[in-house]
Amino acid sequence: MSQKMIDFSTLTQQADEFKTVKVLDPDGKLLQKDFDDILPDEELQELFHQMIWSRTLDDRSTKLNRQGRLGFYAPTAGEEASQIASNFAMKKTDFLLPAYRDVPQLVLHGLPLYKAFLWSIGHVEGNKYPQDFSALPPQIIIGAQYVQTAGVALGIKLKGENQVAFTYTGDGGTSQGDFYEGINFAGAFKAPAIFVVQNNGFAISVPRSKQTAAKTLAQKAVAAGIPGIQVDGMDALAVYETMKEAREYVTASNGPVLIETLTYRYGPHTLSGDDPKRYRTKESGEPWHHKDPLIRMRKYLTAKGLWSQAQEDQWVAAAKAEINEAIDQVEKMPKQKISEYLKNTFVDLPNSLQQAAAEYEEKEAH
Amino acid sequence: MSQKTMIKAITDALDEELAHDDQVLIFGEDIGKNGGVFRATEGLQAKYGEQRVFDTPLAESGIIGLSTGLALKGFRPVPEIQFFGFVFEAMDEIAGQLSRIRFRLGGTRKMPITIRAPFGGGVHTPELHADSLEGLIAQVPGLRVVVPSNPYDAKGLLISAIRSDDPVFFLEHMKLYRSIKQEVPEQAYTVPLDQAAVAKEGSDLTLISYGYMVQECLKASEQLAKEGIKAEVVDLRTISPLDETTILASIKKTSRVVIVQEAQKQAGVAAQVASLIAEKGILYLSAPIGQVAAPNTPYPFSDAEADWLPNEKQIVAKAKEILTY
Repeated sequence: MSQKMIDFSTLTQQADEFKTVKVLDPDGKLLQKDFDDILPDEELQELFHQMIWSRTLDDRSTKLNRQGRLGFYAPTAGEEASQIASNFAMKKTDFLLPAYRDVPQLVLHGLPLYKAFLWSIGHVEGNKYPQDFSALPPQIIIGAQYVQTAGVALGIKLKGENQVAFTYTGDGGTSQGDFYEGINFAGAFKAPAIFVVQNNGFAISVPRSKQTAAKTLAQKAVAAGIPGIQVDGMDALAVYETMKEAREYVTASNGPVLIETLTYRYGPHTLSGDDPKRYRTKESGEPWHHKDPLIRMRKYLTAKGLWSQAQEDQWVAAAKAEINEAIDQVEKMPKQKISEYLKNTFVDLPNSLQQAAAEYEEKEAH
Repeated sequence: MSQKTMIKAITDALDEELAHDDQVLIFGEDIGKNGGVFRATEGLQAKYGEQRVFDTPLAESGIIGLSTGLALKGFRPVPEIQFFGFVFEAMDEIAGQLSRIRFRLGGTRKMPITIRAPFGGGVHTPELHADSLEGLIAQVPGLRVVVPSNPYDAKGLLISAIRSDDPVFFLEHMKLYRSIKQEVPEQAYTVPLDQAAVAKEGSDLTLISYGYMVQECLKASEQLAKEGIKAEVVDLRTISPLDETTILASIKKTSRVVIVQEAQKQAGVAAQVASLIAEKGILYLSAPIGQVAAPNTPYPFSDAEADWLPNEKQIVAKAKEILTY
């Protein structure tokens, strides 16, 4: 053939057109007038209240960790629009499968804060969830929750319930096989799931550009035959409205949706020794600080006459009091027992484990 | 009652449980219309519908993750891994996830999942179809591993596994699927989990095994009987957890033991049985513990499998060595 049959340059660009959904500009101004009715006034205030609560929790959790009163902690500051506004669009009956940074959503979904702290210090009581609490504890293995989400969603569909399974991973998570298996299974079964990718630009230290040749992470949905949306993850109203509309779409038996939020974590990956200075400069983070989700919402609410410093101060004080109370509860928790661990391993305990549990019980009694 | 193969006994068990409990779901690769590559699910989709018996996309981690999610929503999933050699693809979802959900959630959730998988050598499969990887799975806390050696046990153990509120990995040796027939009751019945069986009584030495190798042990015991040696054959049936009582009672009676497994010798189930005997039954013994197992290589190219797999002859030779120690 004199001319090539395949035009590769066109092929590599065919999934590039993923526009970012935006509602507010960095100054908190609406990009379109009709966005003004996304939420009624009280709910706008409640959403901002939850974001302030989350920022306060992040600040206090970091301090508690440094004081040795809290254990494993993955900072959340910067990601409030992505985390809190996405969760704000969901219902308590929806099933949440979080990753380790998604503790704020878990608490707002219904997990008592002291239990989230117990999970952090590594105490089993933190993971004892009431039967009617629709969530799993935070996932550590990157992407493992995505395939489980497909299963929960299929279960919801088979039971004919009007619910959604929703889950989170990060930009690094989209490189995992489980990421694709999860969205692909849910797509094949037309199961009601919302898969959120919180793209904060770094998988610990590896930048998003090194994870994939794909221009956006949202376009990975195309391969699974499901809708993929990229949203400004520093814009709470854009995230909320996208999640709300996705929930409507998913509960109308249309199958799953993938949502990529463009966000940034101000702090380290976790407080277990990560130093962001090793892989990014302070300057590179500055544009993100200018887009801060709290500042933007505060400006928007101020313009609407829905914000006051006194109100915000009161929210911060209330959050601090709640956190102090929860950490007190954690510190009163009795020591864990290996005998109980053994008993928790099976419903129908094998003889050898029964014997081992009895031996531990005897030791624990002394 | 009628004479049935193990594959038919397994199909019957699945059929019984689909009828018995409408939360039971069966799924995997090719298990719907095709009835499974070994026909274990033959006719079940037509009988129970695509909501309860269905094909999945081809991804093992997805299949197990799907099971965990369905169990969280109250179902009783019975997924199939098409060949046990494909299990590496799903190791996190098995060992890192579903088997520890109950533990992670402090005993507040249950995972009534039975994973079925064909395995085992001697049927000339391509690579990674025949491997005996049960030692890897048996190390996982919170998971039972069950391996039937005959059609009757296969049906009763599978029904017990599906009815169990704990996860079970149920391994079906391919060489047993159609090689032997046995009386298998039509109705549902259970064979208890966590209990070994004395497949043949004897007093001179104990042969301990599971899966297809139980059949080789039974053949070996017939050879030994011709020389006046009465070998007892213990069929473990559940390899994790081990039935210490049955193993130790037999050792106490015979004082000599040969443990037989098809898997490579290193870090396998036989090593675990040997450890148990060394720890709790060493004073019953009059000779060292004998083991017959495959060499420490990956599963061989199938044309050489007859030379690689443990067999009746090796068992007889090892038994005599232990008897004359």
